[in-house]
Amino acid sequence: MTRRPAAGPPATAGPMSSAVAGYTPRRTLTVRVELVRQLRRRRTAVALALAVALPLIVVAAVKLGPASSSTGRGGLGDGDLDLVGLATVGAWNFTLTMLLFSSGFLLTIIAAMFLGDSVASEASWSTLRYLLAAPVPRRRLLRSKASVGVLLTATTLLVLVAASFAIGALAFGTAPLTSPVGGTFSTGESGARLAVVAAYIGLTLLVPAGIAFLMSVLTDVPLGAVGAAVVIVLVVGILDRIEALGSVRSLLPGHYTNAWVDALGAQVSWDEMAVGASYSVVLFSVLVAVAVLRFDRKDITS
Amino acid sequence: MTLTPRQRWLAAAAAVVVLAAGTAGIALARTPTPPAALPLTIPGGPASADDAAPVQLDAAIRLPERLPAPAVVLAHGFGGSKDSVNDEADALAERGFVVLTYSARGFGESSGLISMNSPEFEVADASAIVDVLADRTEVVQDGADDPRVGFAGGSYGGALALLAAGYDDRIDAVAADITWNDLRSSLFAQSVAEPVAEAESLGAYKQVWSGVFFGAGLTTADGQVTACGRFTLAWCRAYTDAATQGTVSAESATLMRASSPASVADRIAVPTLLGGGEADSLFPLAQVDATARQIAAAHPDVPLKVVWHGAGHDGGADETERLRRLTGDWFSAHLAGGPPMPTDFEMSRVEGSALSNRARGTVEVLAAPSYPGITGDGSVRIALAGPSQQVLAPAGGVPAAVTTLPGLGAIAGAASALVAVPLPNQTATFATPPLPAAQRIAGSPRVRLVVSSDVEATDVTLFASVRVVGAQGSPLLPNGLVAPIRLDRVGPSPTTLDVDLPAVVVDAAAGDRLAVVVSTTDQAYRLPTGPAVYTIGLASNDLVLPTIAATALSTGPPVWAWPLGATAIAALIWLAVTLARPRYRDPGADVALADQAVIVEGLSKRFPGGVTAVDGVTFSVPRGVVLGLLGPNGAGKSTTMRMIMGLIEPTEGRALVFGEPVHPGSAALSRIGCFVEGPGLLPHLSGRQNLDLFWRASGRTGDPRLDEVLDVAGLGHAIDRRVRTYSQGMRQRLGIAQAMLGLPELLLLDEPTNGLDPPQIKEMRDVVQRYAERGRTVIISSHLLGEVEQTCSHVVVMGRGRVIADGTVADLLAGHGGRRLEEVFLEMVGEGHTVVTS
Repeated sequence: MTRRPAAGPPATAGPMSSAVAGYTPRRTLTVRVELVRQLRRRRTAVALALAVALPLIVVAAVKLGPASSSTGRGGLGDGDLDLVGLATVGAWNFTLTMLLFSSGFLLTIIAAMFLGDSVASEASWSTLRYLLAAPVPRRRLLRSKASVGVLLTATTLLVLVAASFAIGALAFGTAPLTSPVGGTFSTGESGARLAVVAAYIGLTLLVPAGIAFLMSVLTDVPLGAVGAAVVIVLVVGILDRIEALGSVRSLLPGHYTNAWVDALGAQVSWDEMAVGASYSVVLFSVLVAVAVLRFDRKDITS
Repeated sequence: MTLTPRQRWLAAAAAVVVLAAGTAGIALARTPTPPAALPLTIPGGPASADDAAPVQLDAAIRLPERLPAPAVVLAHGFGGSKDSVNDEADALAERGFVVLTYSARGFGESSGLISMNSPEFEVADASAIVDVLADRTEVVQDGADDPRVGFAGGSYGGALALLAAGYDDRIDAVAADITWNDLRSSLFAQSVAEPVAEAESLGAYKQVWSGVFFGAGLTTADGQVTACGRFTLAWCRAYTDAATQGTVSAESATLMRASSPASVADRIAVPTLLGGGEADSLFPLAQVDATARQIAAAHPDVPLKVVWHGAGHDGGADETERLRRLTGDWFSAHLAGGPPMPTDFEMSRVEGSALSNRARGTVEVLAAPSYPGITGDGSVRIALAGPSQQVLAPAGGVPAAVTTLPGLGAIAGAASALVAVPLPNQTATFATPPLPAAQRIAGSPRVRLVVSSDVEATDVTLFASVRVVGAQGSPLLPNGLVAPIRLDRVGPSPTTLDVDLPAVVVDAAAGDRLAVVVSTTDQAYRLPTGPAVYTIGLASNDLVLPTIAATALSTGPPVWAWPLGATAIAALIWLAVTLARPRYRDPGADVALADQAVIVEGLSKRFPGGVTAVDGVTFSVPRGVVLGLLGPNGAGKSTTMRMIMGLIEPTEGRALVFGEPVHPGSAALSRIGCFVEGPGLLPHLSGRQNLDLFWRASGRTGDPRLDEVLDVAGLGHAIDRRVRTYSQGMRQRLGIAQAMLGLPELLLLDEPTNGLDPPQIKEMRDVVQRYAERGRTVIISSHLLGEVEQTCSHVVVMGRGRVIADGTVADLLAGHGGRRLEEVFLEMVGEGHTVVTS
């Protein structure tokens, strides 16, 4: 989405336009205005608060809970390679663990919420008809809605990363990343690897986001849109575990969600991530485009 | 994005081109249909020493498009059949080779008994296969009875490929993977270098691997259960000796020797590709190394390429694609005049993955100009420390450490890191200090140990390994490999051992420690039964780590990632263009009709399901009037209003606003303020924020006339409270106020007095009248008719989706003898007849 300066001739009003003086379609429902409308909502605050609370809860659990098996024993004899056991190594590992915890479910739900609620909630508040009659061109409304939904999802992800890092640094120090598959990285490399993991998780969130956005256009019930998207993602996740489906699974939307593990080897292995990222982006584009085509023709009866 | 139509077409065209390129890239990467496998039966070598009749070998031949072509014979692994190499066969056939696959004797549909690649039987079968290829015109012939043929296989098939090349000089190239050099030293493994181990002393017996192997040949064709299954008697006896007593008779030793590539390695004078598995506890890299050294010693000028890959009998990393490509390239270079193949050495460094069973590890391929051997082309000595330690060899050999899970392949590879836990009292550990810098180990490390026992002990079995101990204390046993040691006897006087530890390719990070662990048990091996206590110490503090100067071959995203990424970017561009392109272009106003605020022409709406809400409605609203749209509930008033606002698409007819036909999002709608079927407000914001944000969202820049509008709302201080706390009437007034923002030229009010109490209704009536006094147009729909009578100058009466009456209030009343409008209206809609005045 390109943001342009507000000056310049109207985009669609022809020379015979009967628009009121001062009306320009591309000044309607700007991303900024839409952001203000969404930022004051409680669910936005709750999502961002969760992103800060999760690392706090985990730190509290680690500090107050019984001694972890990964500390104290040291030496030989302990063969576990789990990521969770490495969470207390330092801020980098803690952040990685938080991403692992939240990428499967929490962030999926948050992405589905920000996108699935976007159009359907306007319908449920009856504000959709007033926006469209203002008039906000329909595609422009979808553009602002999708942009703000993606922006808020990305913000939540960044807040989670930043909060985890800050809280992890206070609780466990800033020792560089120890890979769950072996080896320790330099601080610079730790940052780069974590950035790759976070960026990849962000891209895979486009799948639930796209499904939820389409649902949001199809229904006037915001919870229904969010719920339907989450259910679809979960069902696809179950299908992905059925080995009997064979290579069909590689076409499933959720198939690539864990490929970020490949960023933690001695070298980043890009194969799966390249497929997963491209797949997510293409699927998101297609889902949003279908939403546009549907919304173009939809009778607004809400 | 503001684009001219030309730019839009260019953008769309660019997106299509990039998409097409991406699709083409993916399509090119896909393989075409391979040639069909044509079945045939080939008479092989003699059935047995006593029966000269040939065995019948079940075979299949694949013919490529271009003929004649060089041939490749593919031999399968133990327990498989000709069908287990179908994928490899298809891949080679697609590369233009005639590919012959066959089930070895005793396997699949072939007759005969398993003789473990004996020269008289299986190798004779291989020669019979080459005979068949010599008769085929589809195969390139180098001379009379000499087809151009390569021989390839893995494990059991790999040994056959090497043996066949040693016995049959018509074979022109070999590719042998994860196979044995010497069968006896593979199954009875000994890691103590000469001269300590006596030549005739057997190593530790791999009883689980042997059992898995033997078991795979037990199933007979008729389903009968027998002790020897499909094995020859001689081999059955050899196995029984080993399994019951852990011994090898002289007769069996001769058999094993004959079935080992070591016996013919000096006669292999053709280009040979040797693959070794880093995850292979059955035929470890040391076996492959021995074959490579023997061939190179006999024929130093013959091309020999050695590859240590991440797979093996224990599973390991998935390198199928790469190995298939290497094999194809090798035969292409040496049989088909393809691009020459360098004889550089390749090894894989595998990072296991603890999180994902999907990717069993990531592989980094490293290359050196030539094969340096298992001891590397350099070495690093690191100081080991640790006192002499006493270890127990438990009675009965249990409990035993678990390092590998023979026969479970892939599962074992993933599990080994998790189960390789040394048992207490059974292990002696010697560790290095934390490494000052990262250290790569490539090859077989060496350590010198001393072993003694207070009492004389016989049949001493030990297992030594190198582990990488990370900063977190989690030790990594690369591929679960251990080096078995077996000594005939150990007494009170210390025995010094030079131990060749398992060959690995692994990186230890700075700060990691290396540990040499010596254990008395391993469940994969035959263990002595008597309890014994040994003292194990270091004879030398040096841990000798082999190194190989090598450079990484593969880095960065694969080639096919680029068209894929381009496709994704194209999809995003396409989406951005779609979203930026308005669906409609404003047609512009018809000046002749611009004096009418609203014109509705033949407007109809049928909803899916067959409900006709509006049916051929026509009326017009001149500028400056207050028009009442009257009708009972369900008359189609709201649907008509929504069609005027571009919210609902008419099935037929059209609506014009100030002379301009309306479509969704028409710019002309910016001249209208509307209130349709109740207010639409953001509940989490205050009244004032709602008005402010609605104005900012509406794309207008003029003065919102907030003071006047707030006056209409009449909410007082409540305007700064959240809308969630408002009463129905307050919301209603705020909704109407929102419609009046910027004082638009046309105001559409649908049932504006719903939910208001009588004083507020009166007030609203005054507001509307004042609004219209300024020359603006107002359309009010209502089912409360008295209301319209007092406010409006014009009336359109609707019922059941149609216009029943249309005209000024005075006109309508005039035709009905001075009665009240309400009575007139009830008469009209009640009877359903149409009365059109004016």
